[in-house]
Amino acid sequence: MPEYTLRLRRYNPESGEAPHYEDFKVELEGHRSVLEAILQVRGEQDGSIGVRCSCRAAICGSCGVRTNGKPGLACHTHLDAAAKNSKHGENVIVVEPMGNMPVIKDLIVDMEEVHWKKIRRVTPWLVAKEPVPEREYIVPHEAMVDVTQTMACIQCGACVSDCLTMEMDPLFVGPAALAKAYRFVGDPRDAEQGQRLKDLAEDPHGIYDCTHCFQCIEACPKGVAPMSQIMRLRRRAGSDFHVDDRNNGHRHEMAFVKNIRKNGLLHEADLLPDSYGGKFHPRAVPELLSSLPVVLRALKTGKVTVKKALLHEHKASPEIERIFDTVENREVRLEYNLYISGNEDDLADDPADAVAPAATATLAPPVVEEQAVEAPPEPPVAEAPAAEAAPAETPAAPAPDAEEAPAADPAAEIEVEAPAEGEPTEGDTQ
Amino acid sequence: MKVAYWPGCVSRGFTPELHGAMEAVAPLLDLELIGIDRASCCGAGVIAEHNQELADTLNARTFALAAETPGELMMNICSTCQGAQSECQERLDASAEYRAEINTTLEAEGLAYEKGLVTNKNFLWLLVEEIGLENLKKKVKRPLTGLKVGPFYGCYIVRPTDRLGIDDENPRDQYMQMVIEALGGEVIDYAGIYKCCGFPIITMNKKASLQMAGTHLADATDADADCLVVPCPLCHLNLDLQQPMAAAEIGRDLSMPVLHLPQLVGLALGLDNKALGLSRHVIKPTSVIDWSTAVIGSTGEAGW
Repeated sequence: MPEYTLRLRRYNPESGEAPHYEDFKVELEGHRSVLEAILQVRGEQDGSIGVRCSCRAAICGSCGVRTNGKPGLACHTHLDAAAKNSKHGENVIVVEPMGNMPVIKDLIVDMEEVHWKKIRRVTPWLVAKEPVPEREYIVPHEAMVDVTQTMACIQCGACVSDCLTMEMDPLFVGPAALAKAYRFVGDPRDAEQGQRLKDLAEDPHGIYDCTHCFQCIEACPKGVAPMSQIMRLRRRAGSDFHVDDRNNGHRHEMAFVKNIRKNGLLHEADLLPDSYGGKFHPRAVPELLSSLPVVLRALKTGKVTVKKALLHEHKASPEIERIFDTVENREVRLEYNLYISGNEDDLADDPADAVAPAATATLAPPVVEEQAVEAPPEPPVAEAPAAEAAPAETPAAPAPDAEEAPAADPAAEIEVEAPAEGEPTEGDTQ
Repeated sequence: MKVAYWPGCVSRGFTPELHGAMEAVAPLLDLELIGIDRASCCGAGVIAEHNQELADTLNARTFALAAETPGELMMNICSTCQGAQSECQERLDASAEYRAEINTTLEAEGLAYEKGLVTNKNFLWLLVEEIGLENLKKKVKRPLTGLKVGPFYGCYIVRPTDRLGIDDENPRDQYMQMVIEALGGEVIDYAGIYKCCGFPIITMNKKASLQMAGTHLADATDADADCLVVPCPLCHLNLDLQQPMAAAEIGRDLSMPVLHLPQLVGLALGLDNKALGLSRHVIKPTSVIDWSTAVIGSTGEAGW
């Protein structure tokens, strides 16, 4: 049986000692999880190791840690896979608490300020649309499929741990909470979609504060792709609800799109002023003045010439303009969501998946098929318990999620042998 | 080797030295660059944020134009183009039905995107996977001996790993380190290698954006780097053009030269500073020039 060196970051604020690393030797099969190794060490060598865990089957989201620098679930990370990426020596696995959150003890972080408060900040429950039907809401099937990806979130905090905007701006609402926001913005039963979007677009630390770094997509053990959900929130806010936010978010997007439509290639000299509403807009003047030194430096070094800045060397071909016209004039925006529809090659490989969701799920206008979704038994707090009490999440959670998500979940494909989201009891038997 | 060459927008806009350096370096690497002139901006993630189908259609068109050239594959010199185009290509390749929908729009121009026809590689990937490090080493005329170089990748070329094909076989997130070593330089490890330069939020949250740039530059300074090297011109904008403002934001003097990847390669292959456009940087690459003139002095060539 292979031997691993588990290098744990130890820190106990009450001891007055500085954080330090401690090595433990464990003998375990490579397919066992990092969590099992930690628990073995705690059981046999040092009972004072602080670690939070519960289900051991990637369902409860309690054991978020950084393993060899990568955020994720300790119970969802195999020892051999973790050791393979080690930069610290053969079979050395460094386990540290998650980032962006204060450490309570050893591997346990305080998720209250950076995670839970922000989840509550996005009103994580359904605000029932009036009139509340006597029996159930009738909603398009596609609309519910559309939010399954965000429903896969187990609140482990891995995305929050490595969010690069949060690192600089701790007030950023953050990937987990914004993904949760899309869960309700995308739900046709919700009465406050516009208000939610306006709120998150106007917040200086809201949807337009995301720097598009893909860290959360890479971190998420459940394939939620929080950044993609943030981009969908932006699309809904700008294009569907016409929120003209104070952070220049939507204006920047529109300035960019207009710029490419006109020039084919990006003409940077126009982008900055247009992002603030145009050269002569009162909002733009102070920004442009503050950018003057940058512009002067660019001119001085010959990066930019006056001619290049003022003249539009490139002009979009009529073909580019035609593409813009065709696509932008569609009644329904086409979106191909890989999480839901998957890659046809992968589906073809596995006959069991062949009947999986039609690739057209998001291609057709969402009115064709209708399905009944149970009305909240006690409106208006229908979703709140499930959303809040993640560790206690019941297997009765949304059917589409349980059935369809694993089929196309790219994360699941890599490491897990179908974590049995529908049957948590399997994990509990260990 | 012939490649369909996609320089992107910024390399011909605010960082013209990048495009220039690539054109200067290409012949030394036996690369024939065939421009895809009619192609449009990749959308830099912003167009996809606005309308996914629009970004997919524009990039499907770029791929279709690349396929019409005699290039063996398509090469870009911008991390952001690589990431944005890979994202669109992933969707285009996922479904024949979706592809057909996109091609209906392209049809009028006589173009179509065909799955499996175009491989799109950043110059960095091409250096390692097509040209090869051993081959590159043989071409080095002036090894970067003693030059301490900090790699800065940019988000779009390292995440998400599965989409970008980063695995044990192709450790593309290690290529910059491998290239720096192949050129004879010393790799500097510092906290910011895989972090975000902050450019995408410069108009929305200038403070956080400049803090990002400033922090990474300061970390590299503390790690004793002589310069950074980037495969992405957008990172270059925030790290070089905005460096004085980033310095002001974090309250610290910074003077960290930032080189484009083709510039670093060009230096080692013996090109002079002028041909590589090193004078066009806001932060004068003094440390790099001092290094290169010291080396040039010994061979009697002209400096900058």
